[in-house]
Amino acid sequence: MLLLNRLNLFSRVVLSVSVLSFATLAAQANEEAKPAGAAVDSDMNFRIVTDTKPSIRDDGESTADHSKFEVLQGPFEDGPSVTKACLSCHTEAGRHFMKSIHWTWEYDHPTTGQKLGKKTLINTFCTNAKGNEGMCAQCNAGYGWKDESFDFTNQSNIDCLVCHDRSGGYYKTPNSAGNKACSVMFEGKQPIQWDKVAQSVGLPGRENCGACHFYGGGGDGVKHGDLDSSLKRPDRKLDVHMDAEGLNFACTTCHVTRQHLWAGSRYNVMAHDTEGLGLPGERRDVATCESCHSEAPHPKTELVGIKLNGHVDKIACQTCHIPTIARGGVATKTDWDWRTAGKTKNGEGYKEKEYTQANGEHRATYKSIKGSFKYGENLVPYYDWFDGQMVYTTIETQFDPASGPVEINGFKGDADDGVSRIWPFKRMHTVQPYDKGNNTMVYMHLWGEDDDAYWGNYDFGRAIKAGMERNSIPYSGEYDFVETYSFWPITHMVAPKEDAISCDECHSKQGRLDGLDGFYMPGRDSFSWLDILGYLVLGGALLGVLLHGLLRKLFSKKYPHGEES
Amino acid sequence: MSANGNLNLENANVKKRGGKHYVMIYTRYERFWHWSQALLIFTLFFTGLGLHGTHTMLDFRTAVVIHTYAALVLIVLWVFTTFWNFTTGQWRQYLFKEGVFKVIRFYAYGILVGEPHPYRKGLQRKQNALQSLAYMGFMIFIGPALWASGIVYLTYDLWSGYSWAGTGLMLIAFVHTAAAFIMGAFVIIHVYMTTTGKTPTHYIKTMISGYDNIELTEAEEAYIRETHAVAMKDD
Ligand code: HEM
Repeated sequence: MLLLNRLNLFSRVVLSVSVLSFATLAAQANEEAKPAGAAVDSDMNFRIVTDTKPSIRDDGESTADHSKFEVLQGPFEDGPSVTKACLSCHTEAGRHFMKSIHWTWEYDHPTTGQKLGKKTLINTFCTNAKGNEGMCAQCNAGYGWKDESFDFTNQSNIDCLVCHDRSGGYYKTPNSAGNKACSVMFEGKQPIQWDKVAQSVGLPGRENCGACHFYGGGGDGVKHGDLDSSLKRPDRKLDVHMDAEGLNFACTTCHVTRQHLWAGSRYNVMAHDTEGLGLPGERRDVATCESCHSEAPHPKTELVGIKLNGHVDKIACQTCHIPTIARGGVATKTDWDWRTAGKTKNGEGYKEKEYTQANGEHRATYKSIKGSFKYGENLVPYYDWFDGQMVYTTIETQFDPASGPVEINGFKGDADDGVSRIWPFKRMHTVQPYDKGNNTMVYMHLWGEDDDAYWGNYDFGRAIKAGMERNSIPYSGEYDFVETYSFWPITHMVAPKEDAISCDECHSKQGRLDGLDGFYMPGRDSFSWLDILGYLVLGGALLGVLLHGLLRKLFSKKYPHGEES
Repeated sequence: MSANGNLNLENANVKKRGGKHYVMIYTRYERFWHWSQALLIFTLFFTGLGLHGTHTMLDFRTAVVIHTYAALVLIVLWVFTTFWNFTTGQWRQYLFKEGVFKVIRFYAYGILVGEPHPYRKGLQRKQNALQSLAYMGFMIFIGPALWASGIVYLTYDLWSGYSWAGTGLMLIAFVHTAAAFIMGAFVIIHVYMTTTGKTPTHYIKTMISGYDNIELTEAEEAYIRETHAVAMKDD
């Protein structure tokens, strides 16, 4: 069986991959150990999907067998022609979908008023999709967004298949060729069999969503830590809900959908769902734990259950029930240093792969195009009070580079505000370029066919200048590097209940919540002087009685005990 | 002899000191209450310090579970015992008695040089003046400070929604911890005091068997012989 690998390379080193079997895969792994320039190096692809078989989504048989529809018999020459066929029956789907953030990449925050969305945001990974759409927008659910000319009103540009192909035969590639040296990357690819994928549509499986969401930040598990390819077929220990042999939830089991709009926004998180269960007829538009498990999910007839239910107002479910992240054998990136990017060997970009993750794959610790990385697995998350409100450092935000790492997506929350709960986050640390003169972040022009693209010229100065000018952002002309943090609320990889963290993980000195202050927590906190005084009193009493006893003993020889009572 | 005269004679006997007898001065309920309270307080102290983080012999969850159940049992026990104290009139044992300083002087000095205890144990006077004072303090300060703060602590989830809950919890934890330390000191001294009897284990044996060798007035003795209201071992 010929399994086709997804191929999206963004280095000058050019490779082609088609994985034939596990045996050839192993052989390839050996080859991968060779320095850059070897014939095959699938790691240049940020999505290496070796298992292209779809996951089972067990909703029972559909009422429609799409392979029987005349309009889907093809032949189709490309994606948009499939979309037209889809929309000929699903007449309103295009209009619905165009409201979705998967299409617009725009989000107007209702409370902060900030304009968010991947279209304009800065992040702490490849820093900006803006101006790099030719590469980045392959994870937009559309066809061909490579620059400003993309037509957001043309329904044929919607990519139905990336979410709905259930054959595993569909894949996406960058929307533009990229730098000269990159164009060869797309050679030797097995073409998509459009009529086959068009006839295999269904509700999305985990790998459909995962095709983008597992690979955020430019690689498997890189961004979130609780989302990576191990969730395609997780076991119970890794994720009790998605357990392929058990509950086998699809993403949309929780991320409930209404007219192609999904519940569960990371820009505007529902940090505490106080409504709990939605009965039939009531709201169903949330992805919260409480919407299935209620506000008091632990047994109400046991002391421990009652105590745990008492935690729900202050502790997010995820805090106890996701003991660690990146548990499935795939590492997550924890640290990224752009400063070291741009080194070449014989004029060629190269990479070093010095991290081996639990599933045996080697991960790049250096790439000329991106800099140096650190990884983590089985990571204890970072915890903080969170009211659901993210506050972004956008391209317009000015900051003081001297006052510590810039929080690219800081968040609000406080122990005493009555709404916040303690949430787990993956905290990403990055050193990335900023505009030294204006104290703002920068857009880098990374991907393109021109000479200004960093992934080609390895010249930060030029790439930043081009990135800023082409998007009409004021630029002082001088860049430097600044430390940044980004925070990724953790909510997947929910462990089975027996693996929830024990009480002492937090209720102890030097426990998980050691760094959080402003509230009293038994087991962790005490009043230091009261303790000192208390131990002195106890010690004093003990010493006193010992001394008294000793005296009694000494005196008893001299004065034999008289009459007692 | 007139009945009246008889009565006078007996009245006179009441004042008269009599012989020593082995009588049950601690009834079965008193001993049950004493020892179960001791066990509970020890348990509460140990688990309390465990969840406080003083020692790590118990994990937090176990410590909280044991502490909570023991506290509930202790509260029930205290409610019963308070009821018992009042219905039996035993509460009078805890009333202030004269001679506290004599007792203090005895423990500070007299006990070393072989002086007799300034206080005679009697059927209606089981505790010396210092004991009464200490137990009264226990019952109106240390105990209530612990159970009152403990109940508020236990019901945190009922008031955690108020804006003052953060400060409230801190305050309650403070009071509870402080009272626990005082309770600990009390227990240490109390346990030591039990070794100051005729033999180091005399008082402890008394609290186990209930019997002590105490002086009875003739009237008390006659009353006991007549009614068997109090168990007496020596005949
Ligand atoms: C009699 C009723 C009592 C009640 C209702 C009670 C209740 C409680 C509760 C609810 C806690 C907090 C546990 C938690 O975090 O869930 C606690 C802590 C504690 N208790 Fe008690 N308790 C009682 C008696 C005692 C006694 C008799 C002692 C000691 C002799 C004691 C010593 C402690 C200590 C040291 C702590 C730790 C305080 C802290 O670190 O915040 N308690 N108690």
